[in-house]
Amino acid sequence: MSNFFKDTDIDTSQAEAIVTETLKNCDDGELYLENYKSESIVLDDNKIKSSTYNSDQGYGFRAVTGEVVAYSHSNDISKESLRKSSENLKDTLKSKKGTYNHEIPKTNSKYYENINPIESKTFDSKIDLLNSVNNYLRSKGSIVNQVTANFLGEHKSIEIIRSDNQVLKDDRPLVRFNVSVVLEKDGKKETGVYGVGGRQSYDDYLKEGSWKDVCDEAFRIANVNLESKPAPAGEMKVVLGPGWPAILIHEAIGHGLEGDFNRKKTSAFHNLMGQQVASEGVTIVDDGTLHQRRGSLTIDDEGTPTENTVLIENGILKNYMQDRLNARLMGTKSTGSGRRESYKHVVLPRMRNTMMLSGKYSQDEMISSVDKGIFAVSFGGGQVDITSGKFVFNCTEAYEINNGKIGSPIKGATLIGDGPSILKEVSLVGNDMKLDPGIGTCGKAGQGVPVGVAQPSILINKMTVGGTKL
Amino acid sequence: MIKDQEFLKDIASYCIENSKKLGATDVGVKVIHSVSENVSFRNKKLDESNRADSFAVNLTTYIEKKKSSINSSDLSKSNLEKLIERCIDATKITPSDENNSLPDKDLMSKEIRDLNLYDETHYSNDKKIEFLKKVEETASTDEKIVNTEAGFTENKNNFILANSNGFLSGYKTSNFSSSCVAVSKINGAMERDYEFGSSRFLQDMMKPEEIGKIAADKAIKKLEPKKIKSEKIGVIFDKRISKGILSTLASAISASAIARGTSFLKDQINSEVFPNSINIIDDPKIEKGLGSQNFDSEGVETNSLKLVENGILKNYLIDTYYGKKLNLKSNGRSGGTTNLYFENGTLSFKDLLNSEKKFLYITETIGHGGNIITGDYSVGASGFMVEDGELTYPVSEITIAGNFKEMFKNITLANDLEMKYSTNAPTLLINQMTVAGK
Repeated sequence: MSNFFKDTDIDTSQAEAIVTETLKNCDDGELYLENYKSESIVLDDNKIKSSTYNSDQGYGFRAVTGEVVAYSHSNDISKESLRKSSENLKDTLKSKKGTYNHEIPKTNSKYYENINPIESKTFDSKIDLLNSVNNYLRSKGSIVNQVTANFLGEHKSIEIIRSDNQVLKDDRPLVRFNVSVVLEKDGKKETGVYGVGGRQSYDDYLKEGSWKDVCDEAFRIANVNLESKPAPAGEMKVVLGPGWPAILIHEAIGHGLEGDFNRKKTSAFHNLMGQQVASEGVTIVDDGTLHQRRGSLTIDDEGTPTENTVLIENGILKNYMQDRLNARLMGTKSTGSGRRESYKHVVLPRMRNTMMLSGKYSQDEMISSVDKGIFAVSFGGGQVDITSGKFVFNCTEAYEINNGKIGSPIKGATLIGDGPSILKEVSLVGNDMKLDPGIGTCGKAGQGVPVGVAQPSILINKMTVGGTKL
Repeated sequence: MIKDQEFLKDIASYCIENSKKLGATDVGVKVIHSVSENVSFRNKKLDESNRADSFAVNLTTYIEKKKSSINSSDLSKSNLEKLIERCIDATKITPSDENNSLPDKDLMSKEIRDLNLYDETHYSNDKKIEFLKKVEETASTDEKIVNTEAGFTENKNNFILANSNGFLSGYKTSNFSSSCVAVSKINGAMERDYEFGSSRFLQDMMKPEEIGKIAADKAIKKLEPKKIKSEKIGVIFDKRISKGILSTLASAISASAIARGTSFLKDQINSEVFPNSINIIDDPKIEKGLGSQNFDSEGVETNSLKLVENGILKNYLIDTYYGKKLNLKSNGRSGGTTNLYFENGTLSFKDLLNSEKKFLYITETIGHGGNIITGDYSVGASGFMVEDGELTYPVSEITIAGNFKEMFKNITLANDLEMKYSTNAPTLLINQMTVAGK
């Protein structure tokens, strides 16, 4: 039974009848129902700056035939609204005829519990903790100029009604805890940011040791940056640390391997399937099945169970990430990568947890092999131009390397590279693969979805570092 | 169709009354209805049609100096009743903050001027399709163009903003926009570029042929780029990206960044931040303006503001909360700038290009490499080399870097300002930035 039609003028069987009737001449489609609750509490400048509760519910009705997607969404779950949407979809596709694909794999796996993190902790306890964070960081001395800390908890319930009354459901918790600190010394100000999160309750993050670790890390990064010198400019060797720096993989490779860009032949990778796109030791997967990770999903937003998709194996391009539409048009199967930000958005093939697997080298070996270069430990965000393949990401913690030794910290700089060629420049792959702390949000076509990344340390032979010092 | 003012007012009043009944001392609420229709095309075929019908209510309740908020899309009174209760419960246990309050009554907007922001014309999906066919036909005439995508979106909005001091006002707005993305290809390598047009009234929309042609021309010109050597050089920002300098300024002079001490322009009020030839204006009352508004997101009257006059920083962007922290009155900028622009410079575009022997001309930046606290700036870029006033060859896979404080002082403006977006700047030159390439 559906929970979405309670208190409405329509019941489940009537809704199912509308779905079946609307999609009878279509290749695919569904009625996607979503109930979303979120809570955000922000401490800033010694005060609880805001506490906000969001409650959103609605449906997205989709009909697909050939390459054409008709979509209509509303937060009014009612007979009249669904009928209007149905008319709208049928009108868009009136000249097309398709055959509905009923096949959708089933799963018994679950990668997270159905808990509502917002309700499982009292409001008071969250406020107390934010105040403790503020006091703890400010006790580190007058150097602390500003502290911001926040909780963001979410719970999303979805239901997918396909033609012929197939109903698929998922309940998804998500939390994030973030700390940002600004330090001031000798007139110079620098910031440090750190956060953690995943698909679980707040409990693990609220233990005293855990939240203090987050504060200490933010403080450490800001402190390092206070000593930073101008970054160098030009091409040089770059050693990337393990974990979060894998947003390089996400930007440089991940987006270019999403099914839609390859079906449309607008990705720089569209004609490289089966070819060598990376050095031999490089294997990259996109995994939706990791326990409680931010990018994990039991089923995707079309109802397909997620999987661990091998994208690049020992340097050879093996698979794209697919939703149902692009898989059908490219003659392959969905990889469980069909995602949407909310019921207001159409499904697109997206990343989940994108990971480069470990190789055999130690980080020390990499650093000692570099005469002149940089060692990048943490990044802010990145961006890619899918078509030309050029991508950037900006360092938030990085150091010079001189004669095989780590030197002074350097100011934040953007690194730029070319997606299809960068992985061929990876000369050493480390043995220290690490997952990111659970804070990533990926943007595509105006839609943000939670994702994860992971990688070991890697040595890149040549990359352009966008500093100011020539 | 879009709901009328009476419908939205009824919900706003319900929220205020019920919040007060449950113990709120002050209440602010916004109720919004929007309908959006989008059609997109790819390679001259229909790709997607999308209709959105959305409601939103944003409620903030105060109990003396305590404050909490809720947002919801479900306007049913049974749902609102539950949420109001939740909001009041949260307000009761949220710590006080002496700066929490509704805006001062005497600053509130008193009358609504018709700024010509609503066009009731409905452009049917069939009409949108005709428009997009023309966009794509013009975009794909050259054989080097291998892929085109085009979209048309029509938005209609109505809202009511209200508070428990008696403010209750709102109005309809509309927006029509169309874009085209073209992909060009030569010797296996591809480049992508775009054009975008947006207007309040359908009749003011860019012509479809123009949108398609500009996107295709730009994508073709970018083919076969070179990576240049690292060097210090003057960088010219194309109009599409020069407005980003103003967005940076807006972030750096927001009252929140100033009050929190996290802006590279802290303590720079009444100091020279730009060359003395530069004036920067934020004007909310431009007829048909994409950023125009009668009042800000708290209901405070907004008027034209000279942010920078003869190079001197004259005003911050102030809302009620941070205004109180800074002991300043709100100037109606809760929610940020409205129609923000540089006043035109004196040099023509051509003269600017000829003012030195060699420049780098940037048409696109990627990444988010601006730091408002330190002013440090480093982003990925692509564009063209300019030699003796002519664009000679395309350039890509480089970065440009500097510090905003220095960059602001080294700006020269051209005189080709157009009001195409809500934030607008003419072509501009920044002398001496570091370019990293080979």
